[in-house]
Amino acid sequence: MPAQKAHWQSRSRRRARAGLLGPGLLLMAVLSIAPLVLVIAYAFMTRGRFGGVVPGFSLDSWARVLEPIYLGVLWNSIVVATITTLLALAIGFPVAFVISRLPPQWRMVALVAVVLPFWTNFLIRTYAWVVLLNDVGPMNKGLAELGVISEPLGLLYSEPAVIIGLLYSYLPLMILPIYASLSSSEREIAEAASDLGARPWRVFRDVYIPLSVPGIILGGIFVFVPSIGNFVIPDLMGGGKSVLLGNVIRDQYLTARDWPFGSVLILVMLAILVALFAAQAVASRRLTGKLTR
Amino acid sequence: MTQIPEDHVLEPTTLTASAGAGDDSGSAVEGGLLEVRGVRRAFGAVVALDDVNLTIRDNEFFALLGPSGCGKTTLLRAIAGFEVIDSGEILLGGEDLHSSPPERRPVNLMFQSYALFPHMTVAKNIAYGLERERRPRAEVAERVATVMAAMQISELAKRRPSQLSGGQQQRVALARAIVKRPRLLLLDEPLSALDRQVRLEMRVELKRLQHEFGITFVMVTHDQEEALSMADRVAVMAAGRVQQLDTPVGLYRNPANLFVAGFVGASNLLVGVVRANTFDSEHFGSLPLPSNPKGVARGHLVLRPEDVRIVAPGEGHVQAVVSDVQFHGAATTVLATSSVPGAPMLVAMVTGLAQVTPGDRVGLHWDTGLVVEDALA
Repeated sequence: MPAQKAHWQSRSRRRARAGLLGPGLLLMAVLSIAPLVLVIAYAFMTRGRFGGVVPGFSLDSWARVLEPIYLGVLWNSIVVATITTLLALAIGFPVAFVISRLPPQWRMVALVAVVLPFWTNFLIRTYAWVVLLNDVGPMNKGLAELGVISEPLGLLYSEPAVIIGLLYSYLPLMILPIYASLSSSEREIAEAASDLGARPWRVFRDVYIPLSVPGIILGGIFVFVPSIGNFVIPDLMGGGKSVLLGNVIRDQYLTARDWPFGSVLILVMLAILVALFAAQAVASRRLTGKLTR
Repeated sequence: MTQIPEDHVLEPTTLTASAGAGDDSGSAVEGGLLEVRGVRRAFGAVVALDDVNLTIRDNEFFALLGPSGCGKTTLLRAIAGFEVIDSGEILLGGEDLHSSPPERRPVNLMFQSYALFPHMTVAKNIAYGLERERRPRAEVAERVATVMAAMQISELAKRRPSQLSGGQQQRVALARAIVKRPRLLLLDEPLSALDRQVRLEMRVELKRLQHEFGITFVMVTHDQEEALSMADRVAVMAAGRVQQLDTPVGLYRNPANLFVAGFVGASNLLVGVVRANTFDSEHFGSLPLPSNPKGVARGHLVLRPEDVRIVAPGEGHVQAVVSDVQFHGAATTVLATSSVPGAPMLVAMVTGLAQVTPGDRVGLHWDTGLVVEDALA
């Protein structure tokens, strides 16, 4: 019977597909879910004397999160990550917009230029900024020689320096999703708007901005998430003055040897990020009016 | 121009061959709403439009017909203002459009992809153009409601484009353009994204709307059947040039060259040379040629399938063997092959049933025929 045969085929094909997905899923489970389970378990245990954990249920670490010093760090981290994200949007949107309007061959060149820094080691890039912003570095020297400043700006080892470092590192993650949302079918929709009598600014407001919102939200998350968890840039460019959530987590594991508390902080951060992703999913579905099946 | 001699009963031929003959293209015809004069557009080395001239009259349904890459869409976009032309001019009601951006042209374009605003409801989509004209709210609401009623989409007002079928999206796109009451409505392959049944309905519907709203329609299409069945006049384009501008019947009965003859309708095209009163076919020898109105010396003899009659073997101009019989209901197509090596298969169309079966020897006869040039305009 043809119907039966089709059914049999589809089932065997489904089985084959599951088999092909198997190794990947297994890898995901081992590399991503297992560590997460460990972190969750640690968060409810007691700290060991020299690091590690001692079995035994405890909620002590959870209570510590509410101490003012840690709430302060959490708040500071959110502020820094938010400022970084907004600046990335302010710079990234125009860049993505311009790239999407370039002729195709130049579009490719521009996109490569955007991702080029990613091909360099993260630490080396950050050190380059340290050299650049240094009190005796090229920027301060140059400005002094031009007579713009009489003494070094003292930019390095400050919160703005951390934001500059984060912005530089994660800007491409803002540009790419916005570019993707602008470059698909939006051009014809924009043409339709101007055909119906919308002036260029109006087209921008009514078509480009609303249609790029999903890209903006995604880019925002892509920048916000690594910014809030970063500890290398605050260390190297903040000079230890600017303590962010990532630094505290790192310190709990490597310096203070309080793994349970570090795990709690990780889960707090994770909760923030999950909430962000959920908000993104709801918002972009509502904005683009797409139906999920 | 004289028309093709004929013995068949096709009265419109006589009428249009003269009406279509010597027709406009560039000449200052009164009532020309849109004048395209000497328009040229090249993309690098590719010439998309090469000295295009045509006049579109007020209130007509005009089609730009041609294969992909012939320049028809470029011309449409140039009229809408999305394509800059290198030289020539486009006049709307005598006014040069050159310096007006798309948003200021009293012309609307219905995009092939429809290009509906995905983040707006159907009603908002349709109202958009009127809001840009800063019409009073009450007027906008009233006009949107009227056009939605005319298009039978009133119940879709609150839906988003992604919740509509292809046919519904097309109606919304059309309503969005028509509600502005443009002087000229441009339609880029309006029916290409629809399935066959909806397409046939929309053919009738588009003509009805054109009539009802009294707007001049200019439609781009690659489908000759669509152009012939819908348009009052058709410009056939190839290689960036207008090959012929005529009524559908004019194009069919009096094609300007081989390209038009082959593109519009089915034909038997026989290559050969014209002698005194005969056509020396490369494959079928000397064939009678009652007239040669175009004065062509060498080219192709165009024989429409319905002009070819099946006669007894030994009679007629060409002897052949029936290779296939296709029954269409109202008519039957008979394919016949001659024994001459390399000769094209000949197609005859008879009304009703054909009294032949594959393998039968038959003679093929015709009393008409037109010789056209091979070269493009």
